[in-house]
Amino acid sequence: MTNQTIAAPSSKSVNSRSASRKFFKIGRFPGFGLTTLLFFLFLYIPIFILVIFSFNSGRSATIWDGFGLNWYAKAFNNDDIQRAAINSAIIALIATTIATILATLASLVLARSRKFKGQNISYSILMMPLIVPEIVTAVATLSFFSFVGLNLGIGNVIIAHTVFCIPFAFMPIRARLQGMDSTLEQAAMDLYANEWKAFRYVTFPLLMPGIISGAMLAFIISIDDFIITLMVSQAGSTTLPLYIYGMVRMGITPEINVVSSVMLFMSIIFVSLSYLIGRKK
Amino acid sequence: MPETAIEVRNITKKFGVHTEHEVTALDDVSISIKDNEFFTLLGPSGCGKTTLLRLIAGFEYSTRGQILLYGENLIGLPPQKRPINTVFQHYALFPHMTVAENVAFPMKMLGKDDGETKKAVNEKLELVKMQDFANRKPGQLSGGQQQRIALARALAPHPKVLLLDEPLSALDLKLRQEMRTELKNLQRETGITFIFVTHDQVEALTMSDRIAVMSVGKIQQRGCPTEIYEKPNNRFVADFIGETNLLEATVSKVEGNDIFCKLSDNIILKGEGETGKNVGDPVTLAVRPEKIALSPISEQTEGSFTGKINNSIYLGTDTTYIISVNGKSELASVEQNSAVGKVRFKIGDEVCINVADNAIRILED
Repeated sequence: MTNQTIAAPSSKSVNSRSASRKFFKIGRFPGFGLTTLLFFLFLYIPIFILVIFSFNSGRSATIWDGFGLNWYAKAFNNDDIQRAAINSAIIALIATTIATILATLASLVLARSRKFKGQNISYSILMMPLIVPEIVTAVATLSFFSFVGLNLGIGNVIIAHTVFCIPFAFMPIRARLQGMDSTLEQAAMDLYANEWKAFRYVTFPLLMPGIISGAMLAFIISIDDFIITLMVSQAGSTTLPLYIYGMVRMGITPEINVVSSVMLFMSIIFVSLSYLIGRKK
Repeated sequence: MPETAIEVRNITKKFGVHTEHEVTALDDVSISIKDNEFFTLLGPSGCGKTTLLRLIAGFEYSTRGQILLYGENLIGLPPQKRPINTVFQHYALFPHMTVAENVAFPMKMLGKDDGETKKAVNEKLELVKMQDFANRKPGQLSGGQQQRIALARALAPHPKVLLLDEPLSALDLKLRQEMRTELKNLQRETGITFIFVTHDQVEALTMSDRIAVMSVGKIQQRGCPTEIYEKPNNRFVADFIGETNLLEATVSKVEGNDIFCKLSDNIILKGEGETGKNVGDPVTLAVRPEKIALSPISEQTEGSFTGKINNSIYLGTDTTYIISVNGKSELASVEQNSAVGKVRFKIGDEVCINVADNAIRILED
């Protein structure tokens, strides 16, 4: 209605409108397109080069010698890399599982129970690890573990990972739960399902995409973690990021490119899957 | 004398007790709903009708009072322990299950075997004429079809009482009219007691055996549709159900049940209703527009009075005339347009007004 009254009067106002549109379209500022292009180049060229050089047949990570998969073969046959990869996988799998279960329970309590005192605070506390600088969490976890004398080897790393994975698993699950109609659960109870069955047959299947999405996010965060892992890991619980860091200090060969590339591909696959499943109705 | 299906005794429901936002949704409400009855709770939003339904279903706990199902106390029982099912306003079909799985859900939860479940599913889908859609997901169905599935699902376990929470409000007009007849037929065929919640007076009048009109947490009047429409007790009921003329008058004479009220110096109308009135008391009269007949001023009869047409509104099947009487009170009169050659009145015409016998209600204060 208001639009019409503004647009109606005369051709003059129409002209000034189109002129102002040209003027105020922020994307049309000279240099904006170029800046955006540079930004993307800056962001992705290093990664692109890293992946390219993982296929280098020569010894250098900077001088192209021709295409070859020999570094892939070498990396996959390297016992230390294998051990680090297995460690990473074990830690990520266990931490993800526990974190996802806890996040699911927490989101159910926060989104489905009657309002209780401190509900908002509980939510904030749950999301806190996302804001706290990781180095703080890392140092705190390390000193806490030595304070209580916890010495479980890889178990220490698993516990630390579980903790920081919870908020990442929590976010998509909560989002899914909030988008879900709570009368569905009421309908289930009305149709003779007890609380457990209502959860089992109605809430849980509908929540599943959120849970899978949350688990994948948590898995990727765990696989990728460096600072906290560096602090709490002991001999024998070296993960892939720690091993890569160790290799870099020895001098860069395309082997590092290979390991990094593989991690990159895994991340892309997981995040894409997480997105696709989370989006599905 | 039919058995009582649901007996609501002195139910009070307050929300936000012990906070500054305490709200009384239901204030000492009592109703008894008979076996095999189509009972409607009618009222504007916020009148407590849905709260009462949710209390019967078991989704809310009452602050005070009792609810009995065939004499058995329901208070304290969770929804899954009550042989009462609900059709929700937005149907609440399980989106991850097929139509057949949805209808089978209550049977499975009750632990019925596959044969019985299958039989009930087929039977109920046939009842709502949806047997061809058994393998679809609810998301692939239209609103009207989802509605039918919700009905089939709620009827599958043969509940003793079916609760319907404004189930027609999300449908378009044409479909709503169709579903009214179908719901009524469904209730007759199944013999299950229906408790229907609506804010739509037409739905209430067309389908119900009895209606309880609610407002601000209280029942204003209960009775069959004709009683509610023809003999409203108070201003709220008269105003909420249908169109009505409300006239301020003074009691001039009381003769048994007949109360003569003076509208103005030369107009005295005979009304019935609340009898505790004495000569001189101010009263409010209610008259339905279709009970007011108009005739040309030349055909004046005894007991009629005159007025002037202020406005006429053509509505297809009938015409509404707005008439001023003595230059102050305004009356609406509805005349059918069916009679060919019948005199139509123009704005400004003087007309003679006849009010049908027993059509004037004296309302409670």
